[in-house]
Amino acid sequence: MQLAVWTYEGPPHVGAMRIADAMRGLHYVLHAPQGDTYADLLFTMIQRNERRPPVTYTTFQARDLGSDTADLFRRAVLDSHARFKPEAMLVGASCTAELIQDDPGGLAKSLGLPIPVVAVELPAYQKKENWGAAETFYQLVRAFARRDVAKRTEGRPLCNILGPCSLGFRHRDDIIEVQNLLASIGVDVNVVAPLGASPTDLSRLGAAQFNVVLYPEIAGTAAAWLQRNFAQPATRVVPIGVGATRDFIAEVAQLAGLPVPHTTESRLPWYSRSVDSTYLTGKRVFIFGDATHAIAAARVASEELGFQVVGLGTYSREFARDVREAAAKYGVEPLITDDYLDVEAAIAAAQPELVLGTQMERHVAKRLGVPCAVISAPVHVQDFPARRSPQMGMEGANVLFDTWVHPLMMGLEEHLIGMFREDFEFHDGAAPSHLGHAATAAARPEVVVPLSVAEEAPAELWTAEAERELKKIPFFVRGKARRNTERFAQERGLRSINVEALYDAKAHYSR
Amino acid sequence: MTGIVWLHRKIQDAFFLVVGSRTCAHLLQSAAGVMIFAEPRFATAILDERDLAGLADANDELDRVVARLLERRPDIRMLFLVGSCPSEVIKLDLSRAAQRLDRAGNGDVRVLYYSGSGIETTFTEGEDACLAALVPEMPAATDSKPSLLIVGSLAEVVEDQMLRLFSAMGIDDVRFLPPRRARDLPPVGRGTRMLLAQPFLANTARALEARGATHLPAVFPLGAEGTTLWLRAAADAFGVSPARFHDATSAAEDRARRSLAPLRETLAGKTLFLFPDSQMEISLARFLAREVGMIPIEVGTPYLHRSHLGPELALLPRDSRLSEGQDVELQLDRCRDAQPDLVLCGLGLANPLEAEGFTTKWSIETVFTPIQGYNQAADLAELFARPLRRRARLMV
Repeated sequence: MQLAVWTYEGPPHVGAMRIADAMRGLHYVLHAPQGDTYADLLFTMIQRNERRPPVTYTTFQARDLGSDTADLFRRAVLDSHARFKPEAMLVGASCTAELIQDDPGGLAKSLGLPIPVVAVELPAYQKKENWGAAETFYQLVRAFARRDVAKRTEGRPLCNILGPCSLGFRHRDDIIEVQNLLASIGVDVNVVAPLGASPTDLSRLGAAQFNVVLYPEIAGTAAAWLQRNFAQPATRVVPIGVGATRDFIAEVAQLAGLPVPHTTESRLPWYSRSVDSTYLTGKRVFIFGDATHAIAAARVASEELGFQVVGLGTYSREFARDVREAAAKYGVEPLITDDYLDVEAAIAAAQPELVLGTQMERHVAKRLGVPCAVISAPVHVQDFPARRSPQMGMEGANVLFDTWVHPLMMGLEEHLIGMFREDFEFHDGAAPSHLGHAATAAARPEVVVPLSVAEEAPAELWTAEAERELKKIPFFVRGKARRNTERFAQERGLRSINVEALYDAKAHYSR
Repeated sequence: MTGIVWLHRKIQDAFFLVVGSRTCAHLLQSAAGVMIFAEPRFATAILDERDLAGLADANDELDRVVARLLERRPDIRMLFLVGSCPSEVIKLDLSRAAQRLDRAGNGDVRVLYYSGSGIETTFTEGEDACLAALVPEMPAATDSKPSLLIVGSLAEVVEDQMLRLFSAMGIDDVRFLPPRRARDLPPVGRGTRMLLAQPFLANTARALEARGATHLPAVFPLGAEGTTLWLRAAADAFGVSPARFHDATSAAEDRARRSLAPLRETLAGKTLFLFPDSQMEISLARFLAREVGMIPIEVGTPYLHRSHLGPELALLPRDSRLSEGQDVELQLDRCRDAQPDLVLCGLGLANPLEAEGFTTKWSIETVFTPIQGYNQAADLAELFARPLRRRARLMV
């Protein structure tokens, strides 16, 4: 058993639903108990779809368990085929149905439907949402990509875009950015999948010369299979951030056999160079999310905004190695976990000034009183905005600049709070004034010291005078200062921390 | 299981630990996770392969998870272990586990069990299961003096209004289940008269009856008429004179009727189609038909408890079609055929139906909004009038 206060991913059948919902002409029959239909809401409410997801649930109840749940499944397949007349059907089980072992694949095949039926085995007690999406997409590509499709050899180079799907973080707008980018450098797009593709579209995948993989968590498995079976190389750079977008363009140009073009720029480089951004230098940022977005965010934070990355982690265990490599680059300990409480503890220990994370890190950030911006799924309804808001490409970089800088206190306010601490309106406990009254952090805990540190340095270590002096340090770096001073005192065997020790430590760790 | 989304706010010092799969965890956070919690009040103990294969001792695992939870949240006074489909299918004995943990908690933390699984409960039945689990914990009433117990989660403002009304009638010993704090459970015994505030409390009512309480049949307190009938059931049981009842309620009832009048202009004559969701559908249809003149075409309910709903059914327009349980596709067909002016449905159907041109009212809001009692009668009608007014207003 694992205690999950919040879970970073849903069960794997939700991943399969994300693929089915993204595509056209595909219907998913899911063997699942009554109540699992909650997943419809993800699509109709969080993503605000105008139609129901193409999913039929068997919705068995306790009383059905005594009788023939397999028959219930068979009828659901026949009914949904008759009603929705899909091009192809996907069948599978949710976690509870996995326990009763009715074998949806075998049952569906025995019905002899006149359309292709793809069965997906998704081990719900081992695997999670992104794996389920990747496996489902891979099984569909395997089932439908035809080997007798000729590869385009003349004219403009042709590629597929793989990975965007339903409930993806900003997938809708990322594709527009990337399609424009590809068009601008002279590359045509064959199929975008799964989002918007039908099984027939998947049959044409082979015509492309290479694949653009936007979301390795979703399309990595399918792209690897296409590379082996259709000799289609795949891009490895994900174009989030200015530098990554430039690298991506160079990679695509190379795969397409084109010269590396000169592309239009983002506004991020100038905004970030302008003097207004100087105060961003060295801001301590903790990054957590899926591997793709976390790695990309770390590069943008470090190279393009001048932050200091003090923590980097992911819940995507499948991509742990990539995140470890990235973490080594920034000299931080990689955090590979899907345990919310571990992430919370790591953030508390790192004492960042900004958290870039998922919807779940917003809970941690609220608790710790740290500014936060969302960079990755899981997300909620606010992160399916009406306005155009890609993460990828040059416009994506503009969006990142605005989104990440917004929660931070603005420069003038930060200076003045450092100078005058007892103002009745602008003070430590108040949220940055440009956020309105949104986050009146009256309950902002001054420091949340993780247990291990607390044991090393009991509070009585501090003299009253030093404690007062500590309070004069701006709140967003105070936690770090306290921790450094305590470590300094411990390393030197100091019995107590006075004002001198505080400033000795500051000089020692001066950043 | 969705009941947790409102119960965690109602009983503020309780924590809900679901024992289930990642699906359960995902359901909860998809519903409630749009709010940002500094201190979450629910969580899931996710079963993994070792638990299913019997490689890990379920009790040891549960002890470890509960210990970790309580370490982080020492302020928790009552912990509910909530059963799920997987835990029910593999027959995990959470009820015994709860007893064991309860003993181990030395009275600092009460540990109780109920099932919120989808195979056994739909939506609001989760509250029924939770309250039924509280019933054995209620202290025994020391005498058989009549007391009134209001059963079912009500908004705090509604509870306070009800207390004032009962007090005006001379009924002073009024308690609520659930209470606002887990430790303030009301006593129950032979003198307890229970008035159900919600229609989905079959098991809770049965458990209370087993402890000697008497059920007072009534319609549910929705609307001016509904509230009066509901209050009268208690007044009759406590021997309140008609004159005194009239004095206590008539001004409030008149005010409620006046407040409904302008809403009647929007709603009267409009047809209504109710998909099954919360078991509140019959009471809602009765209120909307009798007090603001709507025409319920079909009234769906996930489960029909005939003895609790008897007084409601008697007041429902005769030509309303009643349906229990559902086949969602067939019901959608009937809805499209009927072309109602307003559809009450869950969130999975609401936006798709809007896109088809129907006006919808999402049903879960009737669980989250103060709608019971005189002063909320217009608010309840307003829930249904607002989507119609909005549709008329939008020019894009």
